[in-house]
Amino acid sequence: MSGNFITTSFNAMLGWGRKYSLFHYPFVTACCGMEYMSAACSHFDIDRFGAGWTRFSPRQSDLLLVVGTISQKLAPVLKTVYDQMTEPKWVIAFGACAASGGIYDNYAVVQGIDRIIPVDIYIPGCPPRPEMVLDALLKLQDKIQHLEPDWRWKKKKP
Amino acid sequence: MEEEKTLDALRDACPGAILEAGLSLGDAVAVIRPEDLPAVAAFLRDGPPRMAMLLDLTCVDRPDESGRFEMVYHFLSLETYARVRIKARLPAVNPEIASLTGLWKNADWLEREVFDLFGICFADHPNLSRLLLYDGFEGHPLRKDYPLRRRQPRIPPRQDGPGS
Repeated sequence: MSGNFITTSFNAMLGWGRKYSLFHYPFVTACCGMEYMSAACSHFDIDRFGAGWTRFSPRQSDLLLVVGTISQKLAPVLKTVYDQMTEPKWVIAFGACAASGGIYDNYAVVQGIDRIIPVDIYIPGCPPRPEMVLDALLKLQDKIQHLEPDWRWKKKKP
Repeated sequence: MEEEKTLDALRDACPGAILEAGLSLGDAVAVIRPEDLPAVAAFLRDGPPRMAMLLDLTCVDRPDESGRFEMVYHFLSLETYARVRIKARLPAVNPEIASLTGLWKNADWLEREVFDLFGICFADHPNLSRLLLYDGFEGHPLRKDYPLRRRQPRIPPRQDGPGS
């Protein structure tokens, strides 16, 4: 029998599977997009961490990357995109603008996307280095791995 | 001086239109009466200065001055590369000036932007509607009396979001 089976718990296996198969939807609006491209392409390569699939449909994604400034005019669009994603879903606020509005403290810009949608990980920086993006990804994977056992039956608040 | 010649030609073509004139950073600058803008612009484009290009058109809000809104027009000659700056001061109440869309097509969106952000009306504009801001936005945010912290979100904030 030795070597023919492993023992684990269902949630540990589910978390392990989920965290290494993140399909992300890049909601790129501003200059942070250049840094996102750097992180996504071969120099830094988020595919090494299992998040290499970029899906350009929110319905097929479980990680929403909000990359750049979100204006008040765009806010309903971002909300719609988030609502279109199926559970389980996670959100990363990529860069100072998405996290807090950044330098744009004015009439036109949403002061942080957490006023519209829930956010799991905030990446500061204007723009953040790709290493910080990878660090955020690892932290998100850690969060996914350690989700509560009954998370599937808890409805996330909108 | 080429710039002085341009200003002199403008004075001859539109007598009384120029209120102030001078040089700034090597370019001719003239403050004109708002009602003379179509004549001045047509002369700059078709007359000897040959300013074929409308580079930019914007507005400055000076709440403490009698002519509160100052329209600023930048023109460029594609033959001599000379530039001319034309300014016109408008009153605080019902600021209105002629549209330049008949002379330059690109004035369309530039004037809509100024209408959107400053609330200046452009007479005879073909489609004077908001360019950048969304429907339902109240006020003109680049006016100095627009409250600094006033926000007009299109969707209500999350109930369990920050600050709640």
